[in-house]
Amino acid sequence: MLGLSVDRLRGDMNRLLALLFHQGVLDEQFLQLQQLQDESSPNFVSEVVNIYFHESEKLLRNLRALLYVLVDREFSEYKKMGIHLNQLMGSSSSIGAKRVRNVCVAFRSASDQNNRAGCIRSLELLEYEYCYLKNKLHELFQIEQQRSLAAAVRYPVLQQRPNHHT
Amino acid sequence: MGSSGFSSPRSDYFPAGLRVLVVDDDPTWLKILEKMLKKCNYEVTICNLAQEALDLLRERKDGFDLVISDVNMPDMDGFKLLELVGLEMDLPVIMMSVDGETSRVMKGVQHGACDYLLKPIRMKELRNIWQHVYRKRIHEVRDIEGHESIEELYMMRNGSEKSSDDSYLFSGGDPISGKKRKDSDIKSDSSSAKKSRLVWTVDLHQKFVKAVNQIGLDKVGPKKVRDLMGVSWITRENVASHLQKYRLYLSRLQKENEVKATGNVCLQNSTILPNESNAAPGNVKSTLPMPMTESKKALYGDVIDPPKTNTSGISFGHYFGPKSEAKIQNQYSWGPGVSFMQFKQGQNPHFQSGHMFDYVHPRPSIKEPDIQVTQVQSHLTNSNSFGQISCSMWGTKNHNLDQYMFDYLESSSQRNSIHGTGSSSASRLWDEEFNSFSSRGPNATDLLEESIGCSNQEFVPQVSPHLFDSFNLDCEYPCDPVEYPMMDQGLHIL
Repeated sequence: MLGLSVDRLRGDMNRLLALLFHQGVLDEQFLQLQQLQDESSPNFVSEVVNIYFHESEKLLRNLRALLYVLVDREFSEYKKMGIHLNQLMGSSSSIGAKRVRNVCVAFRSASDQNNRAGCIRSLELLEYEYCYLKNKLHELFQIEQQRSLAAAVRYPVLQQRPNHHT
Repeated sequence: MGSSGFSSPRSDYFPAGLRVLVVDDDPTWLKILEKMLKKCNYEVTICNLAQEALDLLRERKDGFDLVISDVNMPDMDGFKLLELVGLEMDLPVIMMSVDGETSRVMKGVQHGACDYLLKPIRMKELRNIWQHVYRKRIHEVRDIEGHESIEELYMMRNGSEKSSDDSYLFSGGDPISGKKRKDSDIKSDSSSAKKSRLVWTVDLHQKFVKAVNQIGLDKVGPKKVRDLMGVSWITRENVASHLQKYRLYLSRLQKENEVKATGNVCLQNSTILPNESNAAPGNVKSTLPMPMTESKKALYGDVIDPPKTNTSGISFGHYFGPKSEAKIQNQYSWGPGVSFMQFKQGQNPHFQSGHMFDYVHPRPSIKEPDIQVTQVQSHLTNSNSFGQISCSMWGTKNHNLDQYMFDYLESSSQRNSIHGTGSSSASRLWDEEFNSFSSRGPNATDLLEESIGCSNQEFVPQVSPHLFDSFNLDCEYPCDPVEYPMMDQGLHIL
């Protein structure tokens, strides 16, 4: 019973990952992150991803503020948006958030042309994509956590807390 | 490899223990790079501000072997940091960026970067960064030993008057790999040279500057400077490399001053082939949309407002105003690269921009020169092709603003190199996006609910009400089949 749940959970995780890759939400950089995780930093991936979430949300807030506060043809605002977008692109490339990064590219085009309408739509799309990514990654981490707990139960020597499996 | 007699105690295990300083304002990349470098057995220090990095470097004079820095830093231009590190500490610097535009890479190399990495950076690229440290040490030893004949063969890291420079520029491959080939040919007799590397002290630098000023910057040559300096133990090559750095530094300063002096600048897109440019500094505004030779105007990282004359209500900006006397207002920055070219013109006739693309191959993904409409850096010949695009588009596709927008975006996106991935153009990416949206069609509402759920999780607490509204709208947006025909034409953001 315990064995089954570990395997089931691992299967769930792999399926979810496969889906995200297929959808282009994540790319191979995410795999790189997973490979970097080791005994010395067992939570590396989730730590990095949390830093990413924290930074991105700041940037998204800034973008939204710039877009809705700015008056048309304030070129300096577009330029600031471009800077934030570069930062967001960089961060997103770090964890393999491919779709988010792609929307940033399109967003940046719009901002380079000072196209406010385009920027607004891009921002909405960006927020949507980000939200989706965040949800899915949370799901992934949850499964991972359950799996490691279930695995701990399997080997009672290692367990710290008993019976947290379903 | 470890037999090259470095004075560092880590030489036995080289490249393990290489002391790397990583400078990046992005905390996710800092963490990832730190981890990657640790996995390579390097000693890593991370730092998220350029100024902090400089302080660290100055504090620990010999404390680092290599610096890796992002180009876009909030407190200081990455290129400036690069220059300063090169001038003051003479350490190898690797630049990184999400942006892989040829012009940027070019600029990096001109400022003395020994490599330019595109993000996302893979582990395997970091494994080999030790080569830059090794190479530098070898060349410095050579410098001090003064092996003239060997210097004919080995490319100096920085330009010198020798024609050997040109040969590696035209080698058609990565100059670094070219160097590496030669490096491995070296008989490691450098173990006999226990000399430390040349450090340009303030004193030495002052002598240098005095000599340069005496001769006159335009007439200066490393040999003359060295002779005038009267310091016997430095070689011509030491002076040559220092001179190049100094020139770059000066030209950048000059540009900054010019920028401050002229205020609003409007640049023409123009061709500059160094063999035909007789550019005089100055602000040249023209109403012709055709390319023309242009001065070295630098806008360092600032998009300066074009004069707001084209108030034609074109929301996408003034760049292609539908007026016959259209001022094509594209801001370009001619970084020190331009002046560098001009300097070089007199002394190094082979060093032409047409060939410059040959020797920099940072990534196979960069196939074509980039065109950036508004962003500040652009390479010289980019402007030529850009001018051509603008003219042709202007002629044929001006009937409809929206249509025009699609076409422009499509053509420009096809010409843009996609940062860091080398994958298809942005327009095709959008196609993928929306196709995948459609394939998720039946689940759209589930996703939307998740998204809405997400916003309720207060990940953006101040903004969640906005999100909620926009998501309602977005529910229709990605799945709207009416949008698709437009998608196919390219980036549709309007």
